[in-house]
Amino acid sequence: MQSRLPIIVFAAVMAAIPFVPGMPPFWIVLLDNIGLAALVAMGLVLLTGVGGLTSFGQAAFVGFGAYTTAVLSTAYGLSPWLTLPLSLVVSGSLAVLLGLITVRLSGHYLPLGTLAWGLGLFYLFSKLEFLGRNDGISAIPPLSIGTFKMLSPGSIYYAIWIAVIVSALLTMNLLDSRTGRAIRALRRGHVAAEAFGVHTPRAKLLVFIHAAVLAGLSGWLYAHLQRAVNPTPFGAHMGIEYLFIAVVGGAGYVWGGVLGAAIVVVLKEVLQSYLPLILPGSGQVETIVFGIMLVALLQLAPGGLWPWLMSFLPERTSGKKPDTSLQLGHRTRAPGEAGVLLQVEKARKQFGGVVAVNNVSFDVKAREIVALIGPNGAGKSTTFNLITGVLSATSGSISVLGRKVDNAPPQEIVKLGISRTFQHVKLVPDMTVLENVAIGAHLRGHSGPISSMLRLDRTDEAKLLAEAARQIERVGLTEQMHQLAGSLSLGQQRIVEIARALCVDPMLLLLDEPAAGLRHMEKQRLATLLRELRDGGMSVLLVEHDMGFVMNLADRIVVLDFGTKIAEGTPATIKTNPEVIKAYLGVAA
Amino acid sequence: MNTTIMLFLVQDGITNGAIYALLGLALVLVFAVTRVILIPQGEFVTYGALTYASLAAGQMPGTAKLALALGIGAFGFDLFVARKALHARLIVRSLITNIVLPAIVLALTLYFAAQKPPVAVCIALSLVIVAMIGLYLYRIAFQPLAHTSVLVLLIASVGVHLALQGLGLLFFGAEGQRGPAVLSGAFTAGALRFTGQSITVYAITIAFIVGLWLFFGLTLYGKALRATAVNRLGARLAGIRTTLSGQIAFLLASVIGALSGILIVPITTLYYDSGFLIGLKGFVAAIIGGLVSYPLTAVAALVVGIVEAFSSFYASNYKEVIVFMLLIPVLLLRSLAAPAVEEEKD
Repeated sequence: MQSRLPIIVFAAVMAAIPFVPGMPPFWIVLLDNIGLAALVAMGLVLLTGVGGLTSFGQAAFVGFGAYTTAVLSTAYGLSPWLTLPLSLVVSGSLAVLLGLITVRLSGHYLPLGTLAWGLGLFYLFSKLEFLGRNDGISAIPPLSIGTFKMLSPGSIYYAIWIAVIVSALLTMNLLDSRTGRAIRALRRGHVAAEAFGVHTPRAKLLVFIHAAVLAGLSGWLYAHLQRAVNPTPFGAHMGIEYLFIAVVGGAGYVWGGVLGAAIVVVLKEVLQSYLPLILPGSGQVETIVFGIMLVALLQLAPGGLWPWLMSFLPERTSGKKPDTSLQLGHRTRAPGEAGVLLQVEKARKQFGGVVAVNNVSFDVKAREIVALIGPNGAGKSTTFNLITGVLSATSGSISVLGRKVDNAPPQEIVKLGISRTFQHVKLVPDMTVLENVAIGAHLRGHSGPISSMLRLDRTDEAKLLAEAARQIERVGLTEQMHQLAGSLSLGQQRIVEIARALCVDPMLLLLDEPAAGLRHMEKQRLATLLRELRDGGMSVLLVEHDMGFVMNLADRIVVLDFGTKIAEGTPATIKTNPEVIKAYLGVAA
Repeated sequence: MNTTIMLFLVQDGITNGAIYALLGLALVLVFAVTRVILIPQGEFVTYGALTYASLAAGQMPGTAKLALALGIGAFGFDLFVARKALHARLIVRSLITNIVLPAIVLALTLYFAAQKPPVAVCIALSLVIVAMIGLYLYRIAFQPLAHTSVLVLLIASVGVHLALQGLGLLFFGAEGQRGPAVLSGAFTAGALRFTGQSITVYAITIAFIVGLWLFFGLTLYGKALRATAVNRLGARLAGIRTTLSGQIAFLLASVIGALSGILIVPITTLYYDSGFLIGLKGFVAAIIGGLVSYPLTAVAALVVGIVEAFSSFYASNYKEVIVFMLLIPVLLLRSLAAPAVEEEKD
């Protein structure tokens, strides 16, 4: 939760600016332009900086918003206030359409894909008859309240900046919520988020729509500020410019978008009006200088200016401890959670010619700690990935509570009450421990994006955070609760992953090398915790290399070697099994 | 539909497509090695083309001076980075590649520009000038950012594009230019007329595709570049100088860009800002090729060229719309077939 005071001060300052005596009207025009660009950049912050989806196509959405109101208010005479929701709906629905095609693209296809349709749409704007081709549409009516018409840049100024500040608040609310955590987890890959039930394509589409609606809002305001539209401001160059506004300001920060807009708009203006005085006679000198300054700025502050400025402020690390008396509803129990939980039958996974898991069978019963051991490359983590749906088995079957779950996606597996940790820690390093752990409880919350933006999710949110705080306390990391996950030691990060998995309220916990990187005392504490969990009715399946740890803890051990199960039994029998000794030491005992 | 028209359109499309293929190859190359999405590729095209056309018309191209200016900048960067461990060999080497070389080229350009040099000299000078610009640009703009994210590199790339395009206007003016044919003469086969120029385009494109394939498949430098593309840190640990890989990639890209420009400027009039759109069509091809595959990029480029030729005949108003929208079905197919691989992004 961020303090609201700076925002209130900012809003008051912005409201007072037009009343400053002697304020040049031209500065107000600049502020209008900054506000319009900031809206688009704010959407990009969420899309690119937070969600990791780079888009060059935002200018096209500004165009949709502007052209929608232009056509409806000139050709059909609709009131601008009526066209506002329509502009937003048009931008939003086209975002759904384009998003369905593009957001599933991974890596670098996405920005290039957006560049392509951004260009295509620009040419479409300039060729369509009813959009006025290259001339565009003019004589758009101004915004008006009663008889007051917002004709001057000074009067529409308030409409623009109210839109900016409200959008910023809504966007920040969204980020600080259940949905927001899912969005913030996107940039770090989808496996971890999906293991806790986040539907990543849907989350990506959501930010895409959010960004497009903000761009559409900017377009609607633009059309009524200029009272004319033509295709030029919606071309590829503007799409690129919006992106660098976001990057210069600091792509991960909502206010970075506003700062970036201010810097770029003012810089361009200054260059355009003063450079010709210094270097007269030449054409596009300001473009040259602007390009060079952009590169120089990035070399000096690659993360953007907002985080650079913020680093001068004293750090605030102490967050409020959630009220742990709040109870979150339990995961719905299935009948039969007292019998065999997991049954792996002849599971097989081939990667090309390599058989990573070769017809492995074993089961996990209720209230049992089963260890999966074997030398490196034995197929232990692959087996985990088969069980949790990250990989699909080549053949064989995996059943949970007697029902086959072959090739179900990870989001379905976690719903059955199976949660996991990862061999290579998959936390979001720039989120706090509390927020990371709360992702584990994703499926136990229900607030959507709209209620999060409007802060109607606070009871749900408080319960989620309370549950996360309880699990953090359980694993003994209460002191680190408000630290960034990336600042913890590797061993502690593994423990955070366990707390996150516990937030699922699972019946079976899958731990991939939980003791790696832990000190002796920490290992003992972990063993105690796992025994407590078992005695409380949970089962644990773990992969581990520390034999002392495994032998003292496990009820049953399954040994894999080169993908094949070579032994299964109690720790005592495994210790003396000649096959096992051979696999580990290379000689027959 | 008339067969002659169709054949003519296909031929036109293949000629343009061959150019897009060259640019697509360069984009794939630079992206794979340096993670830079090279938007200024289009400027390499116009710089190459307009430098060639100016020289052929007996004018002094401003690009030669730019090369020297950038070289001085690159020298400054070299000195600044090595300021704690300066030694004579390093200074001399940097001085030669960054200042002496462009100075000599500038002198040669001044000498030749005054006397309308033969086509071969114009080509050679234009290629060397643009190659140097590419090399120094990498040193000044991208090498200091080599460790940052793809997004930051991309924005830097946009900055460079803006600066170069502005400089292009300064050097060459707003007027379009055409250059003399690289190879004159023509012959007809049936209804089709093949000009020496279009034959040159095909030959050079094929030569480059084969050349790149050999370079990456057989030579040590080629393999080092591929290693850098796969894993920067790993390549460094194996003793590959990643900055050298980046320099080679930019050098190749700028040469390919300049060459494409020289090849098309006798066919179409080019303006200082024509490069952006030409480069983007190379992009379309590169995306269809998945940013990794050279042969697929080449094939895709031909498709882009042919689609462009046909749409400019049937629906010239919507030519650009059609070309760029061509990507949507391709992206759709790719996204449906996309494997669920985990990416660790920075």
